Amino acid sequence: MPDRIMKVGLFIPCYIDQFYPDVAKATYQLLKKLGCELTYPINQTCCGQPMANSGFSNLTKGCDVNFVKNFKGFDYIVCPSGSCVLHIKEHLKDGGTPAELEKIRQSVFELSEFLVDILKIDQLNASFPHKVGMHISCHGQRGLHLSSMSERVSPAFSKTEHLLSMVKGLELLKPERLDECCGFGGTFCVFEEAVSVKMGEDRIKEHLVNGVEFICGGDTSCLMHFEGILKRQGSKVKTIHLAEILNSAL
Amino acid sequence: MIVKQHADAAQEFIKDEARTDWHDETLWFVRNKRDKAVNTLPEWEILREWASHIKDHTLSNLDHYLKSFEEKAVENGIHVHWAATAEDHNRIIHKIIADNKIDKIVKSKSMLTEECHLNDYLQNKGIQILDSDLGEYIVQLRKETPSHIVLPAIHLKRQDVSETFHEHLNTEKGNYDPQYLAGTARHYLRDRFIEAELAITGVNFAIAESGGFVVCTNEGNADMGVHSANIHIACMGIEKIIPKAEHLGVFLRLLTRSATGQPITTFSSHFNKPRSGQQMHLVIVDNGRSRQLGRPDFRNSLKCIRCAACFNTCPVYRRSGGHSYHSTVAGPIGSILNPNLDMKANSDLPFASTLCGSCSNVCPVKIDIHDQLWKWRQEIVANGYVGNGKKVGMHGMAWVLTNPKIYRTVGRIGRWVMRTFPFILNNKLNPWYKQREMPQAPQKSFRDWYKENQ
Repeated sequence: MPDRIMKVGLFIPCYIDQFYPDVAKATYQLLKKLGCELTYPINQTCCGQPMANSGFSNLTKGCDVNFVKNFKGFDYIVCPSGSCVLHIKEHLKDGGTPAELEKIRQSVFELSEFLVDILKIDQLNASFPHKVGMHISCHGQRGLHLSSMSERVSPAFSKTEHLLSMVKGLELLKPERLDECCGFGGTFCVFEEAVSVKMGEDRIKEHLVNGVEFICGGDTSCLMHFEGILKRQGSKVKTIHLAEILNSAL
Repeated sequence: MIVKQHADAAQEFIKDEARTDWHDETLWFVRNKRDKAVNTLPEWEILREWASHIKDHTLSNLDHYLKSFEEKAVENGIHVHWAATAEDHNRIIHKIIADNKIDKIVKSKSMLTEECHLNDYLQNKGIQILDSDLGEYIVQLRKETPSHIVLPAIHLKRQDVSETFHEHLNTEKGNYDPQYLAGTARHYLRDRFIEAELAITGVNFAIAESGGFVVCTNEGNADMGVHSANIHIACMGIEKIIPKAEHLGVFLRLLTRSATGQPITTFSSHFNKPRSGQQMHLVIVDNGRSRQLGRPDFRNSLKCIRCAACFNTCPVYRRSGGHSYHSTVAGPIGSILNPNLDMKANSDLPFASTLCGSCSNVCPVKIDIHDQLWKWRQEIVANGYVGNGKKVGMHGMAWVLTNPKIYRTVGRIGRWVMRTFPFILNNKLNPWYKQREMPQAPQKSFRDWYKENQ
């Protein structure tokens, strides 16, 4: 871990703030315990991705401006969502000078890459004695390269798996199609409802075959989609964010 | 004819879940074969990089390479025709047919002729073409269009093929044996090859330095037609050019590994000049390609070598079928090519994706397909091809998310409504709720908790 205490801004996606506060709490507590000087800028809203991915990137100026206002001046900005981080990295375009925007784009990190690449943690006092299925979220994987990708010819690695390997008692189980998309896809989940649900059901099926108790992921949006399907199916299997596992019994 | 939007057609497709699963698994099997094949080449990623650079370079110098290709081809005795549009392409081919008073024509697979609707055009003039690729032959008998550019009949099971052949080729009813069915088609097609007077083929690669071109098939049907008929018409888009023959060493290695997991197509046939007594024609088609070349964000879609790896990997394609894309080229690559041909008619296609990015990862020429899908969405909205409901919704959402206080108030009220009057959202007007439960709305947001606990 770096010697200096770092000023870290906690970036919580809007839907996590509103619907999944436990994921945000776990992220907050975890980073605090790991020694970060952590602030949650209280006027943050949304990164703007829902509009941009729907073709309305012309409407994201307000979100950009608000984001920059909230997150200027941190050493690092950390977020428990690969998707929102990728959006900031690729599409933040307003709200500051080009240098300010570049600094933000460079200093925004998804939680697991921050833990592995910046804090370089190699042990965790966490325990989660359960069978856990891992869902790899596309934007974190193919966008932020949090793990190797099944399509590419390259050495295998996974930052998420590296972190989960430090958790006591956890049995990690992988679905047969290691990195197929869950079908959430932002507004895709409602505009292409049939395909979206079918994709989600197919992913879940592979986890159920493995007998998992939890499906874990780094993006709550994928998990929310799974949770909706699992609940409708009356399944006992639960979804859980990576941060909640890493923070368990820490 | 009313064309169904992708989402509606996909919903129809998925209604038959067993068939959807079969379609998905069949194409996933092809994707897996591809993975195994590419992992035998440690230099795979380097090959992709080279292919991408060669294509980028060629597209940046397309005028030069096309001219030099034409010059060499003409020197070799090939008749070169230029077609600005699909209509020109069809007219040129019709004229060759009419001038030579031909009525026995076989065609091997060419997605360009499908794009130009050549079969329909000629049929309206009383001329029948026989599609000699087995998959294309099957869909032709069924009066359908290909649902996949490499595997045109992948939407059909052998039972379907058996019924079609029973109807048209008088095969035994209920005999699904693939060997029996393929054998019957082979027998029938063999006679058509022998009597063919004119053979139409596509072009996979046109070599600027030699004026020759390469046609890849697994069935040898292009060769059968061309060697038997006295007239060969090859049709190619302007983007099929590569500068040198040695570049085939890159592209031929990438093409079939990406497409089917084979090291190379069974037949990679090189055509350089007509044999004695043969007429060889080459129709070089633009049909919107130069317009795409002029769009900085989308020009590199023209690097495509039509391997369809992006189809096979696409979780949306596998679960919605090729016909739901209502275009000759379906799948992710089709979704970035088709809006160039008709932005309004194809405005749904760039949204038929979760932007998962798997397509860009398998692309052998490194087209940034998922980024272009994102960019086409912006383009389509900017051009007004978006529903009013979505437009109003997005404006509302942007307004809420721009103002922290409003965001918090709307969030608080929204959560309260969800807890107190769940039926307001839990009904059939909400597409999320149709097959999924809504998330549980907590009393407090994270921000509320943070302010109390920091």
